[in-house]
Amino acid sequence: MTALQEVAPRERAGVRREALYFAVRNGKLVTGFGIVLALLLLGLIVPVLLGGNPNEYGTRPMSPPSAEHWFGTTTFGQDIFLQFGHGLRSTFAVGAIGGGIAAAIGMLVGFVAGYRGGLVDEILNMLTNIVLVIPTLAVLLIINAYLGIRSVSVQGLFIGLTSWPWAARAIRAQTFSLRTREFVDLARMSGAGTWRIITREIAPNMSSYLFMTFILLFGGSILIASSLDFIGLGPTEGVSLGLMLQNANQWSALQLGLWWWFVPPGAAITAIVGALYVANVGLDEVFNPKLRET
Amino acid sequence: MRRYFGRKLLIYGLTFFVAVTVNWMIPRFMPGDPVASMVARANITQPAAVEAMRRYYSGLFGFDQPLWQQYLNFWAALFRGDFGLSIWLFPHPVSTVIGGAVPYTLALIVPSVLLSWVVGNRLGAYAARRKLLDNTVLPVGYVLTAMPYMWLAVLLAWALGVLAGVFPVAGGYSFSMRPNWSWTFLLDLLHHWTLPFLSLFLVALGGWAIGMRNMIIYELESDYSNYLAALGAPARLIRKYAFRNAVLPQITGLALQLGVLVAGALVTEIVFAYPGLGSLILKAIQNKDFFLLQGAFLFIVIGVLIANFIIDIVYVVVDPRTRAGMAGARA
Repeated sequence: MTALQEVAPRERAGVRREALYFAVRNGKLVTGFGIVLALLLLGLIVPVLLGGNPNEYGTRPMSPPSAEHWFGTTTFGQDIFLQFGHGLRSTFAVGAIGGGIAAAIGMLVGFVAGYRGGLVDEILNMLTNIVLVIPTLAVLLIINAYLGIRSVSVQGLFIGLTSWPWAARAIRAQTFSLRTREFVDLARMSGAGTWRIITREIAPNMSSYLFMTFILLFGGSILIASSLDFIGLGPTEGVSLGLMLQNANQWSALQLGLWWWFVPPGAAITAIVGALYVANVGLDEVFNPKLRET
Repeated sequence: MRRYFGRKLLIYGLTFFVAVTVNWMIPRFMPGDPVASMVARANITQPAAVEAMRRYYSGLFGFDQPLWQQYLNFWAALFRGDFGLSIWLFPHPVSTVIGGAVPYTLALIVPSVLLSWVVGNRLGAYAARRKLLDNTVLPVGYVLTAMPYMWLAVLLAWALGVLAGVFPVAGGYSFSMRPNWSWTFLLDLLHHWTLPFLSLFLVALGGWAIGMRNMIIYELESDYSNYLAALGAPARLIRKYAFRNAVLPQITGLALQLGVLVAGALVTEIVFAYPGLGSLILKAIQNKDFFLLQGAFLFIVIGVLIANFIIDIVYVVVDPRTRAGMAGARA
């Protein structure tokens, strides 16, 4: 008995160490997370270092990148580097909130539908399919326009509430394949409740999958938020990368040749989302021994 | 097969019902007095428009009627094709305004989605398991698919429009022209269409190529591929079979991506000031034209539902298992 108790935790630590071993040697994972972390740090540091209001009008409008204004200024003389720093913050916030809420709903619906099956599954599946078919952006358009809610967190909340269906579907399918395994049967026989089986037996066995789902939802939320911002339904207080693009478009940065206004925000969004996708492929290789090279 | 279509139609019917209900509910349960705040927010100068708006809203909300009655009235108006009057383009009805924009959006979105899907799949299938090509297609694909639609649109407009001056960067046709059926006008239309099309095409391309590449690798590892290889079948033939199997999830993927693709088309149109639904929605938001916005919302939902149904039909044609009521039927 004692031997058994000792063996179990050591094995788990071993699995973790093995994952870590492959994680730090995986180029895709390290590069992807490296880029994301670098941009996150930039977003955290720049507003603190430079200080001041990112929307404050400056004295030198439309100036190209220089030592004083690293990314140049807008037609109103706003410092683009400062806006960029604040924009990164909003982008990460919207990704974390939207992705987090979507992952939570997707997990709840997916686990319950997949584990309970039967009528519950039927109803939840119908709900998932309905939300899946409705074009997310169109719904967000109506909600944002009418409610006029314009803060980053509320934007993230609504994105999370509408972008969970594919995650729920994927998690449901995974749960389906896990629920007939012996260890789940064993837990059921020993009298564990549904909630306990889901959180203790099923979720830990697909934790890598859940983490990867969250990463994809995170990236997706960022892209949806930037589209909303661009249409003019972004947060009115503060700055975001999508709003910077919208302002650049609205004040004809294109025709005036102010490339430093519209290149950085788009490049940052592309870098974050692309790096997340690449890191995800790396994670897949780390957790799935079949995919490992060498 | 009847079960398959019955199930799909039930979901689409319910979706439409939910969409219309959301459309009806949100203005109604908005905090505060909706009519007053709406008229105040509309910020319009024409007194006739103010009056029409108040009257329309009062009629729509129908304070003297019970809730269910108002809800039924909303549906009745919908089936008459009555979406109200546009505030921005007063006194044109919303349905006419949207009807004028839809052809532009369709002309942009249908070719770009279909072409990017076909080309992306070919490219991905070709790149899979070919070291050199794979190493270029994969990173380029990831960058393209991570790009916000409007950013690639802005970059293309800047590079090919402003710097190179090859393509116009704004409008659906030259400002000096009136729409007609002459060759010069059609050429002008095509000239303005090229850049928005290209940017939509490119962003969507990356995702399809990556998806197809992964599917092909998965299929090439399956038993039937190994069996064919053991029999000495040429690699071309094996790839052909792998492609036919890998294309099925890509068709489902197309249905799942429709919402994202529509959103991409909307923001691309805004960049190029292309006279489709996207620009209309932007104008509706800027002018607080809520009838127009709600009308556009319903049009998009209906369009996506129809596209989903077409994809379902294609799936039945392509996958014989759905016809026989076998495994694929629930996909």
